[in-house]
Amino acid sequence: MHYMQVPSHVEYERATSVEHALSLLSRPDTRVLAGGHSLIPMMKLRLAQPEMLVDINSLAELAYIRLDGGQLRIGALARHADLLDSAVVGDRLPIFHDAERVVADPIVRLWGTVGGSLCQADPSEDLSAAFAAARATAVIRGQDGDREVPVREFHLGPYETVVGRGELLAEVRVPVRPGTGSAYEKVARRVGDWSVAAAGAVLRLKDGTIAEAGLGLTAVGAEHFVAAEAEDFLRGRPATEDTFRGAATIAAGSCHPTADQRGPEDYKRHLVAELAARALRRAAERAAISAQRTATA
Amino acid sequence: MTMRVAVTVNGTEYARDVEPRLLLIHFLRDELGLTGSHWGCDTSNCGSCVVWLDGKPVKACTVLAAMADGRSVRTVEDLERDGQLDPVQEGFVECHGLQCGFCTPGMMMTARWLLDHHPDPSEAEIREAISGQICRCTGYENIVRSVRWAARKVRDTS
Repeated sequence: MHYMQVPSHVEYERATSVEHALSLLSRPDTRVLAGGHSLIPMMKLRLAQPEMLVDINSLAELAYIRLDGGQLRIGALARHADLLDSAVVGDRLPIFHDAERVVADPIVRLWGTVGGSLCQADPSEDLSAAFAAARATAVIRGQDGDREVPVREFHLGPYETVVGRGELLAEVRVPVRPGTGSAYEKVARRVGDWSVAAAGAVLRLKDGTIAEAGLGLTAVGAEHFVAAEAEDFLRGRPATEDTFRGAATIAAGSCHPTADQRGPEDYKRHLVAELAARALRRAAERAAISAQRTATA
Repeated sequence: MTMRVAVTVNGTEYARDVEPRLLLIHFLRDELGLTGSHWGCDTSNCGSCVVWLDGKPVKACTVLAAMADGRSVRTVEDLERDGQLDPVQEGFVECHGLQCGFCTPGMMMTARWLLDHHPDPSEAEIREAISGQICRCTGYENIVRSVRWAARKVRDTS
């Protein structure tokens, strides 16, 4: 039978436990197979040619989303649709609902996983910037135990992460603090497409002043998916339109977009300025509501 | 090198020796002869290949048959039961929900899943549900009408 696009020869193993997965992943040239919606297309194009796939879809112990003290804990095998359906996520970290509404399409979101998105490390992937804005921590499991890496140090570059041979991303932890608001704004050419540009903001306000700020950028060559200079500008300033516009202008100037079929460089910088301002504005509105609710609780 | 894959498709278990790299859409069409599911863009964009895997729609061009081992698959062939069309199929007939028919099997499997979870979806909810699928004939208008028709039929007869 002649097929247009098929992956090259590969071995397949289904992991029956996290320990089993770790043992399989210690072999050379293996790749984790979760939702597969990035990996399998890359294998068809020979952009990825692993010797063996380790299917972790049966590891139910990695599929959870729960609030635990001051943090949201997301298992690596939680599906995009799970994150979008989670009331606690919508309530405490709406940036992830904003982002998940525009990740791929509803069918892909049923199978694609949060951990897979982070590990794919695509520069245009939405959750990386959202997790970076929220200053999340990645929990990487190996045969000798867990190690924790800030998401801002997780990506080494396009399609490269700090997850090593014999290791598996197990969980992502996101701090949840009262008085915090968050939002994500994206422009794409059509439903399901990658961002032309996107921005995610997380703000913690104290008496109208920005106490903590996270600003993530997608698809525009921002180092570690963040606009660090804009964050420095925001901290300690009043949560006003002038502040948001100022930070957004800094973000647009400090990122490194490249011209491609999704648009020229100046258009992408224009989008960053506009989308960062919108995300900051909405995050501040939500922070005020969150603070009000805490005060009346 | 091949591996044994056993999949329950539309209630019947099939076991075949296949290469691990075989895609589910080709397993269904070429190994089992179930050609109702269509092989379209091959890049998980068009949704012509949507089937259910363990009860959830999936684009079968982006899933390995090996991943379905031990799991259950439902395809468009399972919508009609004992000569009785599913209300979704009736809706597509009544409202001209297809012209060339290429996207239809995927559209109908997504529509059936939507109605199982949201028996009375709004037009916006239907459009969102099928937003990962492409129809180049209908402009989507008649597909949306077909799904609405199916929802009304179930409501009126229950």
